[in-house]
Amino acid sequence: MSTLHTVNKSPFERNNLEACLGHAQPGDAILLIEDGVIAALAGGSLEGKMADAAKTFKLFALGPDLAARGLDPARIVAGIKVVDYGGFVDLTAENKAINAWL
Amino acid sequence: MKFGILVNEGPYNHQASDTAYQFCKAAIEKGHEIFRVFFYYDGVNNATRLGEPPSDDRNVTKNWAKLAEDHKVDLVVCVAAGLRRGIVEGNLAPGFRISGLGQLIEAGIQTDRLVTFGD
Amino acid sequence: MDEMESGIVKKFMFVNRKPPHGTVYALEVLEMVLISAAFDQDVHLAFLDDGVLQIKKGQTPAGIGVKNFSPTYRALEGYDIEKLYVEAESLAERGLTEDDLLVPVEVISRADMGKLMAEMDVVMTA
Repeated sequence: MSTLHTVNKSPFERNNLEACLGHAQPGDAILLIEDGVIAALAGGSLEGKMADAAKTFKLFALGPDLAARGLDPARIVAGIKVVDYGGFVDLTAENKAINAWL
Repeated sequence: MKFGILVNEGPYNHQASDTAYQFCKAAIEKGHEIFRVFFYYDGVNNATRLGEPPSDDRNVTKNWAKLAEDHKVDLVVCVAAGLRRGIVEGNLAPGFRISGLGQLIEAGIQTDRLVTFGD
Repeated sequence: MDEMESGIVKKFMFVNRKPPHGTVYALEVLEMVLISAAFDQDVHLAFLDDGVLQIKKGQTPAGIGVKNFSPTYRALEGYDIEKLYVEAESLAERGLTEDDLLVPVEVISRADMGKLMAEMDVVMTA
């Protein structure tokens, strides 16, 4: 059974996302929360990397964290699904373990 | 499903405690059980009853206390981490209790999922 | 205590990605690991990224006025905590080798670390 990984820091600040992508297994779910949602933005320098990651992993971003930061869910990288806190809960239930990349 | 929650950071400096709280609320709304929330590292600072945030901001400590009261959530503050930071029985907010790290390991064993929120 | 005799044995992993001394995480994770030994679980410690610095030989924090807790890693064996994994790439990125470490470990590749993590029931990170 797969793992849910959470990433809560901006990839422009720390290597949490990089570390997560380097260890997650194909088919795992990766949820961007808090400042981690910055990685979801389309049109920036990370778009290619995230689009590639979306082919290997199931990518999600926490909607309330996008909204809080004025980030438009319509302007995130294709393949990243927006979920709310209920969706976060569902992801934890659907996966065997949760690995928080702090 | 039965959840254990680990909160690594104090209130206000980091979003971790807020996210953990929103997660717990959503989990309870979906019919899951929050078996225990364990506060460790600077997370013990969530349990001080001395905090007085501005009235137009959320009160993180009271949010947790209300969740504990409404849904019988066990809020446990690590005794060793608390002592280090001056969180003791005398300034503990309602709804929280102080106990040992074994309570966290037990939560890892007894729950279906353990979710960590930190920096 | 009842919980210590629950009969349930889970695969626990304590993931260390932060260096010691700059923040308290390494020390308090270690305290958590020591307590976990009382519960007879299948405990794994992972050191990756800057976390490999936690078990660097020769730590002398007296000059910064901080307690040297690094000898405690050598005591883990006495608590039957013997599954210590260090990521090879993380060592190499920092110009370190296994000889720089103060405790016996198993050095594994990043790919194998990812696979090992995937086997865990409970992952604790700080």
